[in-house]
Amino acid sequence: MSAAAHVEAPQRPVLEMRHISKTFGPVRALQDVSLTVNAGELHALMGENGAGKSTLMKVLSGAYRPDAGGEILIDGAPVATGDPIKARAQGIAVIYQELSLAPNLTVAQNIFLGNEPRRFGIVDRDQCNRRAKEIIERLGVSFSARALVSSLSLGERQLVEIARALSTSARIIVMDEPTTSLTSRETDRLFEVIATLKAQGIAIIYISHRMEEVYQLADRVSVLRDSGYVGTLQRADLNASRLVSMMVGRDLSAFYKKDHRPPDSQRRVALSVRGMSDGGLLKDCSFDLYHGEVLALAGLVGSGRTELARLIFGADRRSAGTLELDGKPIAIASPREALEAGIAYLTEDRKELGLFLDMSISDNINMGVLAKDARAGGFRDFTAADRRAAKAVADLSIRARSAQANAGSLSGGNQQKVLLARLLETEPKVVILDEPTRGVDVGAKSEIYRLIDSLAGRGIAILMISSELPEVIGVADRVLVMRDGAIAGEVTASEGRPLRQEEIMELATGAAQEGPTR
Amino acid sequence: MTDSSTVAKSADQAAVRSRRLRTAFAALGMLPVLVLLAIGFQFINPRFLTGTNLLIVSQQSSINIVLAAGMTFVILTGGIDLSVGSILAASAMVAVLVSLVPDWGMLGIPAAILLGLGFGVINGLLVAYIKLPPFIVTLGSLTAVRGVARLLGEDTTVFNSDLPFDFIGNGSLFGIPWLVIIALTVVVLSWLVLKRTVLGTWIYAVGGNAEAARLTGIKVPLVLLFVYGVSGLLAGLGGVMSAARLYAANGLQLGQSYELDAIAAVILGGTSFVGGVGSIWGTLIGGLIIAVLSNGLILAGVSDIWQYIIKGLVIIVAVALDRYRLQAGART
Repeated sequence: MSAAAHVEAPQRPVLEMRHISKTFGPVRALQDVSLTVNAGELHALMGENGAGKSTLMKVLSGAYRPDAGGEILIDGAPVATGDPIKARAQGIAVIYQELSLAPNLTVAQNIFLGNEPRRFGIVDRDQCNRRAKEIIERLGVSFSARALVSSLSLGERQLVEIARALSTSARIIVMDEPTTSLTSRETDRLFEVIATLKAQGIAIIYISHRMEEVYQLADRVSVLRDSGYVGTLQRADLNASRLVSMMVGRDLSAFYKKDHRPPDSQRRVALSVRGMSDGGLLKDCSFDLYHGEVLALAGLVGSGRTELARLIFGADRRSAGTLELDGKPIAIASPREALEAGIAYLTEDRKELGLFLDMSISDNINMGVLAKDARAGGFRDFTAADRRAAKAVADLSIRARSAQANAGSLSGGNQQKVLLARLLETEPKVVILDEPTRGVDVGAKSEIYRLIDSLAGRGIAILMISSELPEVIGVADRVLVMRDGAIAGEVTASEGRPLRQEEIMELATGAAQEGPTR
Repeated sequence: MTDSSTVAKSADQAAVRSRRLRTAFAALGMLPVLVLLAIGFQFINPRFLTGTNLLIVSQQSSINIVLAAGMTFVILTGGIDLSVGSILAASAMVAVLVSLVPDWGMLGIPAAILLGLGFGVINGLLVAYIKLPPFIVTLGSLTAVRGVARLLGEDTTVFNSDLPFDFIGNGSLFGIPWLVIIALTVVVLSWLVLKRTVLGTWIYAVGGNAEAARLTGIKVPLVLLFVYGVSGLLAGLGGVMSAARLYAANGLQLGQSYELDAIAAVILGGTSFVGGVGSIWGTLIGGLIIAVLSNGLILAGVSDIWQYIIKGLVIIVAVALDRYRLQAGART
């Protein structure tokens, strides 16, 4: 009896999407995609940006109606499509990247927002709090149902969203890049909650670009490419090169590129950082960065990597520390002074801190060199600007309708290339790249790695912050690891002994210090 | 099944159509509204579209357009300048007072403009370097500078029936009033600065994303200082124009709520309240719409009270249009 249930339960498909196509005018956003998700399963959905993942999920949530011939079955029975309210009633819940909570309401109020339990037509606050408490306990998390959402961290807010999904008895929960803005501790907590949900038979469709997470969580992985379905891998068959080649459609043996020769004994120091502190998190950070090398700055989220980069770039005020560029001391009190000295910085948050979304691609690329190109009287040299923009668009293969199109109209990868182009126009000697491939699709990632490699080949010193260890291993010559605002150690490759992820993780987590861990 | 798919298809087509409509609408701006208003008023009163009346309209709109040009700079950076009406009053007082100095009367013009620039720079310093919110800073100077204006004339009206620069307010060049020439010159110069200079691009950049601008090496405080300075300077110029028109100035009454008309013109012209998007030509059209409304409503015999109500509603509709335009430019 129980044996039969055991065999049957994980295999039971709770959701089947069959032959889903979706066209917008002449654009085909989805072409005959089918997807089966079992109860209690975490089904990862992967693919480059624009592959059709979001469209498929919008069809599932009822935001879009599929073209004729496509159907959605829940528990084997066809259900109405193109109706978000009915989709919710059928147990489908989507947790979006942009959280949609009301910060000044309590957790319980948010969970039941728009769906409040009532008595005599009035919101039944006691019932609201009681039921919210039950759901929160089901998730095994620690905050109170009466807490204000504004008092919660981003990670906790995400859990409130999940609680909200559970309040509508969701059986299929879609999570779209849920860990993007979470700290590692919050991510761990989320993963625990995911395990709890799975144990309760809830199916999870998990969209992520992060291989690590997919390895850790997924029971199966389905890949979309160019609006079509490529295939599904079982957990046992997962491996990186196979997944990547499914996503990209070509062999990615040269996905990471390291053709530049790492600096040898003749190496020259480009940037020398001594005793950097910010009076808070950062404590006494010192290191040397050489010409022609790619130095990765690894560490957990919150370890102070971005803070250190911003301090070097003059974006934040430092309490102590000195810089030397090519052996000469430099005083940097603002980003402008850093740029003038030859240090450029690519932000990790391109929409908030990098791009001018309402301005043209050309203006975005030229923004750092307008004054240099200016004619007498401060008038702009549009010929020079067009020339620079055209060259950058060609060199970095930025895919855009025209250089006069708004930067906001570009995909993530192309936006990132625009920022890189802007940075390169300033002809830097030292380039600091903060998560250069975050939110960028696999194709653009590979192009960015090539660019980094060629910059190092030209003798530019590159400091690259990255949270993706395979990327660090694949691109960097040397790795500095930060922990708790200090530099915890350095990992170097030597002849016949490549960089190892385990070493970096040990330094990043402090496992190496805390004695025997095995 | 076919039923639902045709419905879906036509819904998609409708979406495409409405997007196109919005894009076209955003490009044309408020020009069609101006034209429609003019035609409408012509139907109500045939005297509206006559050369004489149009000249009156353009003359009446000129001071507001000058103020609104300065306001465009400020709002493009995501700021606001509530003090322009008060600065105009103080500058007009200085213009008239200095014009009374024998033989040196013409100095009233630079004195007034410099005073306006001075107040604008103070606003700019507080916003750019002390980093106070523009609304608070200029709300404060709205009140304080009004006090200064009253102080300048010891709270009386100052006259100069023999104003040396009265041609500005009442003269013409080749049949075009000087007020109109000044306003158009200001608009063209503003266009040059905004669209043709490095500084202009920086202004859009600061309004679009101030932190990104800083990280790109743009001197954000200097840009802010400039826009508030320009706004103050143009308010000073407005003071000269106003004094020249009236041969008089009164620190208490002159320029009351002019800032609201200027803001309305800018927003009507499609400049986004959050900054980074907009154009000086839009402001010109916005200013003309306000002038046409005032003039047309008078010609139509609408009472003073109802003119207030209608103008107020127009501002609200303008903000609604601003939202609609932002949606048109929305990214997917």
